[in-house]
Amino acid sequence: MNEMLFISMLSGAILSGTPLLYATLSELIGERAGIINLGLEGVMLIGAVVGFVTTVQFGNPVPGLIAAALAGALFNMIFAFIVISRRANQLASGLALMFCGVGLSALIGAPFIGRRIEGLSQVRIPLASDLPFWGRAFFQYDILVLLAIPTAVAVWWLLFKTRWGLSVRAVGENPTAAYAAGRNPHLVQYQALLISGFLGGVAGAHLSLALAHTWAEWMTAGRGFFSVALVIFAKWHPLRAIAGALLFGGAISLQLQMQARGVPVSSFLLDMLPYGLSLAVLILWSRARRSAVPGSLGRVFQGTE
Amino acid sequence: MDNVTRATGTVRSRRAAAVIRFGGLIGLALAVFALVLLAFGQNPLRAYADIFRATLGSPYGFSEVLVKMIPLVLTALAVAIPAKIWLINVGGEGQLFIGALFATWGALHFGSLPAWLLLPLVSLLGFLGGGLWALLSGILRAKGWASETISTLLMNYVAILLVSFFVFGPWKDPESANYPQSAPFPDAAVLPSLFESRVHLGALFAIVGLLLFYVVMSRTRWGLEMRALGINQEAARRNGISADRYILLLMFIGGGMAGLAGMGEVSAIHGQLRPSLSPGLGYTGFLISWITMGSPSGIVAAAFLISLITAGGDILQMTHRIPAAAIHILMALVLFVVLARRSGTGGKK
Repeated sequence: MNEMLFISMLSGAILSGTPLLYATLSELIGERAGIINLGLEGVMLIGAVVGFVTTVQFGNPVPGLIAAALAGALFNMIFAFIVISRRANQLASGLALMFCGVGLSALIGAPFIGRRIEGLSQVRIPLASDLPFWGRAFFQYDILVLLAIPTAVAVWWLLFKTRWGLSVRAVGENPTAAYAAGRNPHLVQYQALLISGFLGGVAGAHLSLALAHTWAEWMTAGRGFFSVALVIFAKWHPLRAIAGALLFGGAISLQLQMQARGVPVSSFLLDMLPYGLSLAVLILWSRARRSAVPGSLGRVFQGTE
Repeated sequence: MDNVTRATGTVRSRRAAAVIRFGGLIGLALAVFALVLLAFGQNPLRAYADIFRATLGSPYGFSEVLVKMIPLVLTALAVAIPAKIWLINVGGEGQLFIGALFATWGALHFGSLPAWLLLPLVSLLGFLGGGLWALLSGILRAKGWASETISTLLMNYVAILLVSFFVFGPWKDPESANYPQSAPFPDAAVLPSLFESRVHLGALFAIVGLLLFYVVMSRTRWGLEMRALGINQEAARRNGISADRYILLLMFIGGGMAGLAGMGEVSAIHGQLRPSLSPGLGYTGFLISWITMGSPSGIVAAAFLISLITAGGDILQMTHRIPAAAIHILMALVLFVVLARRSGTGGKK
């Protein structure tokens, strides 16, 4: 019995944590380049709806997934243009992007409300998936779950082991110095936001294709904002984001478990768990945070003229 | 004398140029949204005609736009007031909900009081609810524990869940079978409406709030101190101005404004507490405050424009059968073009 509980808790944490991890990585890359994007919620919604609609049209989730990633990237370019080329305030532009995503996804998805799809199927790994205990906990997931941690590692490698990643971090820390060192801050920020949009679209697609198998207006329910907090939790590090996403996925899963078991606590109070946890973590981290935050986060690089 | 006339003349022509530019930006947003409608098989000209007829085209429609303006002006003030010392309050939405929660508690608990006593009490509770909710973030910020941007953002969700908890649980109206809502407000707790329309006395909160904001900022010592803090915190501190005190105070007052917006909505518009109280009014207020850089007249103009657009959304849903949320696209487009405009007319930053 306890074993069963452990397995369902763990697999629940992994499932709920997956879109959070993609979204957190998305936000993290942008913030490393000095750009905070509150519009991630909108990017995820666009990914969710485009992925869903394309899957319905093709009867296959693979084109849906690809379309979701591309749509997220394209959609994020609106934000990129406004905050990078037009130097607008990032917080306000992000919220405007969120509203745009809410509206556009509602319009695209309206004819598809109530439809159910097969969605992403579980990948069976020979032998491993048939293991009695660990097989169920670790090896019966869709492809996006299996790719989540490798993606985090890839983002870490990209940011910390490549020349491009160095440029991103340099621009996020001090764009003027990066410019003086021969980097093109605006180009680097565009590239970062392109990848960020790509991951944001995937995060949304996981919600509609793998978790819900349906489309509903505003189905992200704040996960985009949540990821902004998770980036801080991870101290802007992709590998720590894995732990953060698991922990928060665990909070969501715990809440579902308690509800399923009829623990007499209102589900609304349980829903507050992850938000309360975020705040608590923020406060606990407050000392260490200062050194981790990218130096120019949220500021506008005015160029050099 | 001649110089004075010339000076006012240039001011006037500069203002006219700004209005024309602004009109052009709105026109651009309207054109792009028309393309979106066209792409989804709608007739944009008919849609705009319907929106116009249902809003500016009749006294009733116009009054409905004013109704929508009331909470937006208040939530914009909730952002603009703390923004004077560069505090970023993204929590208007949550503060609005907690304001409504406190107001509902007052209305249902002291329902037997006469209106002249109950209304001020309920309004005060609304202000207090929003204010205290924002004050929590203010404390976190003043102590250096968490940035107010993130904490207000996260607390929005907690606030909405808290309201859901009460209306699904202890405050659920037994009369309303399956709908999660509180018992209806007693008549004495409903803000009276004005001019035989749905425009309610909450408009007074918005107008007084705007005037006080303007007068305090431009005419008083406090305004001067806040501007000093906004420009250079260190210099202000050396001159004996306490930043912490202003952080707490301005977060409290700002949150209180959003709380009043929540009180107005629950009392005059919904008549009972529901989780669907606000379609993102707090976030919209944030955007209004930012695109106008907190100027009182700008807030009024932008709130009017946004109200016009959202009122149009209801019309599109009814007459063109597209989701009401779709109007968010037009709102976002307007914000995009305003945010992305070449700086020079609206100052820098």
